[in-house]
Amino acid sequence: MKTESALEKILAGGHLAVTSECGPPRGALPEKIKEKAGMLKGYVDAINVTDNQTAVVRMCSLAACILIRQMGLNPVLQMVTRDRNRLAMQSDILGAYSHGIDTMLCLSGDHPYFGDHPMAANVYDLDSIQLVQMVKGMRDEGKFQGGDEILNPPKMFIGAAANPFADPFELRVARLAKKVKAGVDFIQTQCVYNLERFTKWMDGVRDRGLHEQVYILAGITPMKSAGMAKYMKNRVPGMDVPDEVVKRMSGVSKDRQAEEGIKIAVETIEQLKEVEGVRGFHIMAIEWEQKVPEIVERAGLLPRP
Amino acid sequence: MITAERKPIEEILEYLEPYDRILLVGCNECVTVCAAGGRKEVALLSSALQMARMKSGRTLEVREMTLERQCDPEYVEELVNFIDQAGAVLSMACGCGVQEVARRFKDKPVFPAVNTKFMGASERQGVWAERCQGCGDCLLGLTGGICPIARCSKRLLNGPCGGSTDGKCEISPEVDCAWQLIWERLKALGLEKRYEDIISAKDWRTSRDGGPRKIVREDLAS
Repeated sequence: MKTESALEKILAGGHLAVTSECGPPRGALPEKIKEKAGMLKGYVDAINVTDNQTAVVRMCSLAACILIRQMGLNPVLQMVTRDRNRLAMQSDILGAYSHGIDTMLCLSGDHPYFGDHPMAANVYDLDSIQLVQMVKGMRDEGKFQGGDEILNPPKMFIGAAANPFADPFELRVARLAKKVKAGVDFIQTQCVYNLERFTKWMDGVRDRGLHEQVYILAGITPMKSAGMAKYMKNRVPGMDVPDEVVKRMSGVSKDRQAEEGIKIAVETIEQLKEVEGVRGFHIMAIEWEQKVPEIVERAGLLPRP
Repeated sequence: MITAERKPIEEILEYLEPYDRILLVGCNECVTVCAAGGRKEVALLSSALQMARMKSGRTLEVREMTLERQCDPEYVEELVNFIDQAGAVLSMACGCGVQEVARRFKDKPVFPAVNTKFMGASERQGVWAERCQGCGDCLLGLTGGICPIARCSKRLLNGPCGGSTDGKCEISPEVDCAWQLIWERLKALGLEKRYEDIISAKDWRTSRDGGPRKIVREDLAS
């Protein structure tokens, strides 16, 4: 074991892991984050906390992670390289670890263009792969990126994202290999709707033996409505929602679409359980956290270890 | 080359409000090539300013000059005989030219007539695109001759990100994904394997982050 991370323990123990996420509120509302995290208690192993997701200002991931940690739950600190340079990121990592946060997800983040401050400077001192390298260096060598020694180095279980659905597809396995080379411990993928493309990607992952070097958690996002399915299909960059899925959502009456979305999510999990190399699920129920327990239960993922 | 675009005339007129006589100075280099501040644009702007002034019931006397290179003290010196008659200088050069004129003529207000944009190349007639950010430590040798710092919206050194779709950047279908271009190029060169070499965190000291930069060539410096 590289860390004290509960997520690492579960994955190393050979269990299918279940993670979920909380988007922090757009205001100084600590109760909001506690309420969201509270819904997930007992149903997931760790809770990702997004970092100014879609480049929109929210309560910082670190503060929200601390609140969740104080509830006795296991937060995953998401960190994007868009908003902070390497000094700020490393000091945040020290702060997080000082509060018992031992798992993080390294991302580049959406471009500010999408958010509520499109006029902001985008930092990108590092990219996500270099962030993985930096966090690993802090953990394994006990050194800051600049080379100085760290007193009591933070032992982070290091995650990153993978999007098997972005282009060019032929590069997507190689890109994962690069993240593995950088030292990533676990991967949470983009939401899976296109199982065919996902399994094709996993074939490539297994061909190179990458599934033995990194834990892969497949991303699941239940859709609330046919409108959401269409929006995700057409408007969200790097999202692959096949026509059949949109049709299936549109094929039921409005009041039953949410249930259909949950059904699709549960079926997807069932099918992904059969894919060798999938070591767990990352359920991102966007502003729909209350549905996570039901999905986890119906997908046969209870009780949690 | 350095590219530029003319500022809106309203902004220029606002700068010139207190003055009745100006020296309008173009440059024969980059801004001529990108049709922003050469002799022709100087003449056009001059007429436009005078007409606008006349509409408001005042006149504006404009002396037009276009220097060989406005970023070079040798050529800026040519303004010396005309500077006193002008209340202000309006420069159509890039920011380097504007600053060189300001440095030489310490008591003369100098205003920019263009927005300096980027270091780029001409893609086709009338279209220029960014190519270089002057990071001071060129890595084109690692990326198939395509710069991710200038051409990836997130300047990712190990791209592409998850937002790359059909060869286009997540910010706009008008923007090529630099990492798709890099990948295609590495493939064409038979260098796909190189893609998996991690480019480590960049030392930005050679870039603007290290403070204003200067080149001193001892063999040439006087």
